Amino acid sequence: MNGLALLADGTGSAQDLSIFHPASPSAESIRSLFILVLAITGAIFLVVEGVLLYSIVRFHRRASNTTEPAQVYGSMPIEIAWTAAPMLIVFVLALILTRTEFEVRVNPDRPPPGSKPLYVTVIGHQWWWEYVYDKYDGQDLGFITANELHVPAGADGVPRPVYLTLESADVCHSFWVPRLAGKTDLIPGRTNHMWFQTSQQGLFLGQCAEYCGTQHAHMLLRVNVDSPGEFQNWLDNQKQPASSEASVREGRDAFLSQSCVNCHRVRGTIALGSYAPDLTHLMSRQTLASGVVPNSREELRKWVIDPRQTKQGCLMPAFGLSEQQVDQIVNYLVTLK
Amino acid sequence: MAIAEHEPTIERPSWTALLHEWVTSVDHKQIGIMYVLMALVFLVIGGAEAMVMRFQLLWAESRAVPPNVFNQMMTMHGTTMIFFAAMPILAGVANYIVPLQIGARDMAFPRLNALGLWVTLFGGLLCYFSFATGGAPAIGWFAYAPLTEHTFSRSAATDFWIFGLLLSGVGSLSGAINLVTTVLTLRCPGMTLRKIPLYTWMAFWANVQILFALPPLTAALIMLLFDRLLGAHFFDAQAGGSPYLWQHLFWFFGHPEVYILVLPAFGMVSDVIPVFSRKVIFGYEFVAASTVAIAFISFGVWAHHMFTVGMSRTVDVYFAAASLLVGIPTGIKIFNWLATVYGGRWRMAAPLLFCLGFLSMFVIGGLTGIMLAVAPMDFQLSDSYFVVGHFHWVIIGGILMGLFAGLYYWYPKVTGRMYSERLARWQFWLLLIGFILTFGPMHIAGMLGMPRRIYTYPVDRGWELWNQVSSLGAFLQAPSYLIFVWNMIVSLKNGALAGDDPWDAWTLEWATTSPPPLYNFETIPTVRSRRPLWDLKHPDDPDWKYE
Repeated sequence: MNGLALLADGTGSAQDLSIFHPASPSAESIRSLFILVLAITGAIFLVVEGVLLYSIVRFHRRASNTTEPAQVYGSMPIEIAWTAAPMLIVFVLALILTRTEFEVRVNPDRPPPGSKPLYVTVIGHQWWWEYVYDKYDGQDLGFITANELHVPAGADGVPRPVYLTLESADVCHSFWVPRLAGKTDLIPGRTNHMWFQTSQQGLFLGQCAEYCGTQHAHMLLRVNVDSPGEFQNWLDNQKQPASSEASVREGRDAFLSQSCVNCHRVRGTIALGSYAPDLTHLMSRQTLASGVVPNSREELRKWVIDPRQTKQGCLMPAFGLSEQQVDQIVNYLVTLK
Repeated sequence: MAIAEHEPTIERPSWTALLHEWVTSVDHKQIGIMYVLMALVFLVIGGAEAMVMRFQLLWAESRAVPPNVFNQMMTMHGTTMIFFAAMPILAGVANYIVPLQIGARDMAFPRLNALGLWVTLFGGLLCYFSFATGGAPAIGWFAYAPLTEHTFSRSAATDFWIFGLLLSGVGSLSGAINLVTTVLTLRCPGMTLRKIPLYTWMAFWANVQILFALPPLTAALIMLLFDRLLGAHFFDAQAGGSPYLWQHLFWFFGHPEVYILVLPAFGMVSDVIPVFSRKVIFGYEFVAASTVAIAFISFGVWAHHMFTVGMSRTVDVYFAAASLLVGIPTGIKIFNWLATVYGGRWRMAAPLLFCLGFLSMFVIGGLTGIMLAVAPMDFQLSDSYFVVGHFHWVIIGGILMGLFAGLYYWYPKVTGRMYSERLARWQFWLLLIGFILTFGPMHIAGMLGMPRRIYTYPVDRGWELWNQVSSLGAFLQAPSYLIFVWNMIVSLKNGALAGDDPWDAWTLEWATTSPPPLYNFETIPTVRSRRPLWDLKHPDDPDWKYE
């Protein structure tokens, strides 16, 4: 539990995932809509409950009165009135929701002129997120990372919209970072699209929102919105192949000779597995196991020994490595910055 | 009208003879009671499953209940409550009451009736047999593909679940065929379809819905079974199948299903409110017509459960508009119920107390439903705890409150005894306060970003307090159900004799003894209006002059 406090902004305070604190235009549109709908439904609530309360108070039978009250069978004008009024409200709501629907769900092939769009393909897995960085501001990117999404903030009047293409490698998932956008599902066999943009830098949290099996609860999302300069630095680092320090040659050899390579990828080595998170720049991430524990040497070691101690049910098993193998592999992994 | 004051003398049969009589019964009243008893047992089991979840969710990153166990509880809680508690209990009440209300001696197909009961029970048992495979399924009650494919759900648990539901689906369908036929063909002389009690009318339309909503579910379940056991690929994306197909088929059943559950409850409330307000229902024709509107429109809104799956914007807008539209007939009903209480002379008793709970709470659930119908709001709220809060609010605040109103209203008729009013009040207040505390905070947690179906949550999300209030509410609610069961049992012995018509009511079931004899009525009555007993009690001012 203490390790988790480190995941916050360092002060251990609660992270804000409220849909009422939008940081992007699409989340803002939805909030405005919510407030309007809340106002309308709130008014209906007050009227209906008010009439109910009044009726309860006013029409209680007095003990002395045992005769039946006047039997009122109905009234056509009243029925018409209280059918027409809701229909009008429904009509207005339908118009409003249509406008917001078209505002929030836009065509990714047409970014606004003057913007620098980022295109990332998100592939959902049980229980982690794969990010294939496609293009940014005209540059081809062509690298793959996992679990922590870095995007540039809009700045200097230049919007930097992020267009996510959503796919799944296995079952249905859903990408939900409430302050940045509404959620969109990742459905196997189907490509979905969503977008968001923000000029607020910082860390935005979310998690998978479609039940996807045992560790659905721990398929967490971290979106780091960096300044354009920081983002370019991050991109440049990610595009590089894995570092290859001579001091950890033993560890690298141990890693490459184990079954690690069947699932994991470390660009620049023979490890080209695509079933598990790309580890090329593992140490550039703040967390492990898709946001569950901090990326510390201690947690990494624990994971390599037996992942299911950290994330019960996860698809990576314990490999029965010796202490020495674990040390060597961890020594290697911590150089993958 | 006659009131039976004497206690009939019965020769006490042996318990084996009694068991044999009930197990082989084709009498709609006994079958109705057995449906209700079966449902109450499953209600308690489903409730226990919920308590396990609420206990685990008390603290962030709690290790009390492991994920695979929690996910089984989550799946079985939903499955049990919908298919083995709610549907059977409503089938049971309809079974008992509808033939009485229309002046018939039994259902149209008594043996089919018995088949439906036992097949439903067997389905429930088969579903629970999945625990013997090493664990119940952990797929969620709407079982999205491809998580349910063999690749991702390896054990036979899912197969037992499918078979259990196929069986209880047969039970529901046979009950529906029976009820629809009964209402269409066995009404007593003078009782046209426009004169039947609103409870019977709404139970009728709910069963018409069953006839159209269950088959798609049956088809989808069979297709899933073929995928899992026979190498088919209906929902298997990796071989060209479509996860969407499952979602469309399931929700095509799933949305009408919630109206199948709520319409009978609306019907109970529509019968109880007038009797306890001492005033005829306001706008019978409009309440009846709005029921038909709901029955039809509810088949056109299913994809409001799918606003986040990537349908086109036009399709989103259509389903949003249709979902808003289906709220209108329900609103009309609420206004008519209010207009019945207004100007009445209401006297308090448990049935009315639960109706008032229903009226006050269901409105709120309906309004959060309006919020969810507005598609872009679903982009945030779908699959969050807001939805969990919403549907439990309408189910407990709506369906269950209405159901308890009906159960207390008809308990004297079924048993010949009055229930304990004091215990009923205790149940009501514990239930009301408990349910508000349980499900109110869920709306907030959802708006703060908490998704549903998670066995735990991170420490720093700010969700812990809301979860703790929810769990506290659950601990308050739980005893209320036990108090209800206790009241039902204890009143059998201790309750005052009820007589034929303890509520001074107006529909035909109150014209016979409590409990009714096997043949229901000595002579089949002839009616002239919607309130035959009002006509008898007020010969100077009968209803048929005004209808």
